[in-house]
Amino acid sequence: MQPTDTKNPDYYHKVVDCQWGCPAHTDVPGYIRHIAQGEYTQAYLLNRESNVFPGILGRVCDRPCEPVCRRARVDEEPVAICRLKRVAGDLKGDFKSHLPAVPSNKNGKKVAIIGAGCASLTVANDLLPLGYEMDVFESLPEMGGLIRSNIPKFRLPPEVIDEEFDVIIEQGINLHLNHPIESMKNLLQEDYDAVLVGTGAPKGRELDLPGRHETDQIHVGIAWLESVAFDHIDQVGEKVLIIGGGNTAMDCCRTSLRLGGKDVKVIYRGERHTMKSSDWELEPALEENVDLVLCHSPEEYIVEDGKLTGMRFSIMEYSVDDEGKRQSKKVDETIIPCDTVILAIGQENSFPWVERDLGIEFDQWEVPVVDPVTYESTLKGVFFAGDAAFGPKNIIEAVEQGHQAAISIHKYCNNESLKERLPHGMNLVTAKMGIHEWSYSNDYDYDDRYEVPTVPMDNRFKDINIEVELGYEPGQFKREVERCLNCDIQTDFEAGLCIECDACIDICPVNCLTITENDEESEIRKKIKTPADNYDQALYVSEDLPQTGRVMVKDEDVCIHCGLCAERCPTAAWDMKKFTLQIPYATEEAIDATQKTKKAV
Amino acid sequence: MSYIKKPNIFRSNAPKNELGMTYTDYEGAMSTLCAGCGHDSITGAIIQSVFDLNIPPHRMIKMSGIGCSSKTPAYFANQSHGFNSVHGRMPSVATGANAANKELFCIGVSGDGDTLSIGMGQFSHAIRRNVNMLYIIENNGVYGLTKGQFSASADVGSTAKKGEANKQVPIDPCQVAIALGATFVARSFSGDKDQLVPLLKAGLMHKGFAMVDVISPCVTFNDHEGSTKSYMSTRESKREAVYTDYIAPFNEIEVNYEKGSSIEVDLHDGGRVILRKTDESYSPQSRGDSVKNIRAASEEGELLTGLLYIDESQQDFTDTENMIDEPLNSIDHETLCPGNQALKNLLDSYR
Repeated sequence: MQPTDTKNPDYYHKVVDCQWGCPAHTDVPGYIRHIAQGEYTQAYLLNRESNVFPGILGRVCDRPCEPVCRRARVDEEPVAICRLKRVAGDLKGDFKSHLPAVPSNKNGKKVAIIGAGCASLTVANDLLPLGYEMDVFESLPEMGGLIRSNIPKFRLPPEVIDEEFDVIIEQGINLHLNHPIESMKNLLQEDYDAVLVGTGAPKGRELDLPGRHETDQIHVGIAWLESVAFDHIDQVGEKVLIIGGGNTAMDCCRTSLRLGGKDVKVIYRGERHTMKSSDWELEPALEENVDLVLCHSPEEYIVEDGKLTGMRFSIMEYSVDDEGKRQSKKVDETIIPCDTVILAIGQENSFPWVERDLGIEFDQWEVPVVDPVTYESTLKGVFFAGDAAFGPKNIIEAVEQGHQAAISIHKYCNNESLKERLPHGMNLVTAKMGIHEWSYSNDYDYDDRYEVPTVPMDNRFKDINIEVELGYEPGQFKREVERCLNCDIQTDFEAGLCIECDACIDICPVNCLTITENDEESEIRKKIKTPADNYDQALYVSEDLPQTGRVMVKDEDVCIHCGLCAERCPTAAWDMKKFTLQIPYATEEAIDATQKTKKAV
Repeated sequence: MSYIKKPNIFRSNAPKNELGMTYTDYEGAMSTLCAGCGHDSITGAIIQSVFDLNIPPHRMIKMSGIGCSSKTPAYFANQSHGFNSVHGRMPSVATGANAANKELFCIGVSGDGDTLSIGMGQFSHAIRRNVNMLYIIENNGVYGLTKGQFSASADVGSTAKKGEANKQVPIDPCQVAIALGATFVARSFSGDKDQLVPLLKAGLMHKGFAMVDVISPCVTFNDHEGSTKSYMSTRESKREAVYTDYIAPFNEIEVNYEKGSSIEVDLHDGGRVILRKTDESYSPQSRGDSVKNIRAASEEGELLTGLLYIDESQQDFTDTENMIDEPLNSIDHETLCPGNQALKNLLDSYR
């Protein structure tokens, strides 16, 4: 094998599984360490740098970081990364004074931002320090987009949205609420230097079966949740069927319970493992006594005299045939009585206000054709971000797209190439503070994951606005942070110093090291005391060792970053080094461009 | 040494031996030796050996004397029995343990000071009696625990940390052991587990006194330029005379050895030792040949390693002394201690 190139920031970045898994590459171990030290404001600011809305995301993020967390490979459950983010959000002090200064002299460029959701406000946040003038247009009476209209208040209180959105707007953005853009053509004729579309995927998918239009007791989930959010709907029938198996279905069923639903069922046509809802969204629903009905495929709404009385379903059976293909078979039929049906089977983009002769191309599903790197549409100067760009994803994805779109807008306004973007950088500094002393808590903590306390079941349904999760108590999060394995403290090896005494190999608690003759990867993987059979995780291979010409090999899979290899190393060939990923945002791009110009002069 | 305790992490894919135990199950307390000490690597090799041999921890005794080396039994097999004896007196305690229970696997760990200075007499007599044990000398050429004075195994001309050269001739434990009639004599290096582990396994399964002299660099006092027992100089001077492989009973030999260059020696437990010589003329089954070769290599500045001498035909101590097979702890008190009258009768029989 070739020696591993640890100078490439991607190598060590990948070791930090949570950060690598996060679309916005949030420095998770970094902020967890701040929380451990009681530095909640710093923890919040570190989060805010990459994900802009820590308070919101600490409650409702899709947490792609947690399933990949190293702790889940060593222990059973990952670190409660998401809920620790909320701790930073809840306990932070004044952070506004730490935000980058916004110049009072503007740079003369004007940007129109359509939609006031997470992607749009990320763009606004990134462009503010560069002196842009920005108009934000929102069709609804309040900012937030999907998180305001579709996420129930018992999961995300409105004050949290207000706080994190207001802080951006207050820095000098022209906000136009109740201001839907009805024509892109007209907007383009105004003197904006660039336009960002961040209007989300606002249209709920229909289920057009017999009986659909004979009653008003069938609702489209997305629209229904919005009506609830803005107090247009405050009650629901007693027997409610939610059709669908995603996270929207979970929000619909739990909302129904709070509006008077007595018998609420979530009906999904497939099996449990094909459901799109996250475990942590399904579990509270089941806890609140929602029935989950699987393998029921809807066939017909049963309407008698304009009144919905039930729904007919085919009962399905699924199997895998000899060729590995999934097969479905109808085995029976049933009618489930109900008085309300809520459809939560997906959402789509919708751009009736974008004229089709402007040069903005759409594909067959009405999704705009957008460059996956620059987020520019086929019309120069018009950018898309968030769900509007590539269809519904999640909030953290939208934030990252916002960051990228902001870079593009800045480059576009300065006539720079959109494709030439700064790469990720890194900083690597030793964590050694003295003999056996490290700048991080290296001892392994055996605790199981701490559950977040919730409001008792009796009190949950009294008011739709009661937030169910209470957030960690100090005694809990102070322990939970210790479960983090500090994956950003890298085991950095300097081959030239090694005397091949084997001390690191013998001390390693997970037996992930060896010194061996160089060979093919598959062979080397077998030579480690506990075989390195997780091919998703890299093998580190050193340069040839000076005394015997063999190589040091490390399996990154379950290294717990305890630092014992470095403590036992007599020559400091192993060292524990704090890795900081440097992510370029619009500001960094601007600084880089200025430096280049200076050099050229 | 470290302040945190080595975390105990369960890995579902960790290899298990026939007893269902993992490598980690054979580990001991955290070492308090210097970081990079050769002794810790030998500890690792011992753990690997007893893991591979499927030795039940309760059937193993770990014996030691005094010195850095003698701390090591605390660092492996923490479920086994152990005895930390007086300086240089480990062999007699091991002899007693052997006499009391010959079913135990006995590992004695000693150092160059504990063996070749204060314990030289005990060492010699354990060899002479052919006590059934694996006797490991963790040999670093200095008294590490008292700040690095030359030990009896330091080579002439080898320098101390501050530059002073040793003038006294070294005692070579391998030559001494062969001369005293040892039945299993090997030399290895702590930094070469590929060689060391099979030697330890063969030594443990050998019936009789198996001595393995392991060059184990002292990182603190003897790992500098000018030292002949540093990691670097040991790697440069060592020459493997006999490559050794231990094959457990009932295991097929997987590697094809060239005829003539290899010798197979059957051990009492049914296992075999395969010896591959690098030099055709060298016979590890001839006492004279072994000593001659070790001396010749030494004069060339080379350190001859591998299983240098083996004789599987000798009786061990308990056989020569005609002792019973049953461990004494399983014999009831009446039989073991038949009382005053029986003693009197015995004495009378000599009158």
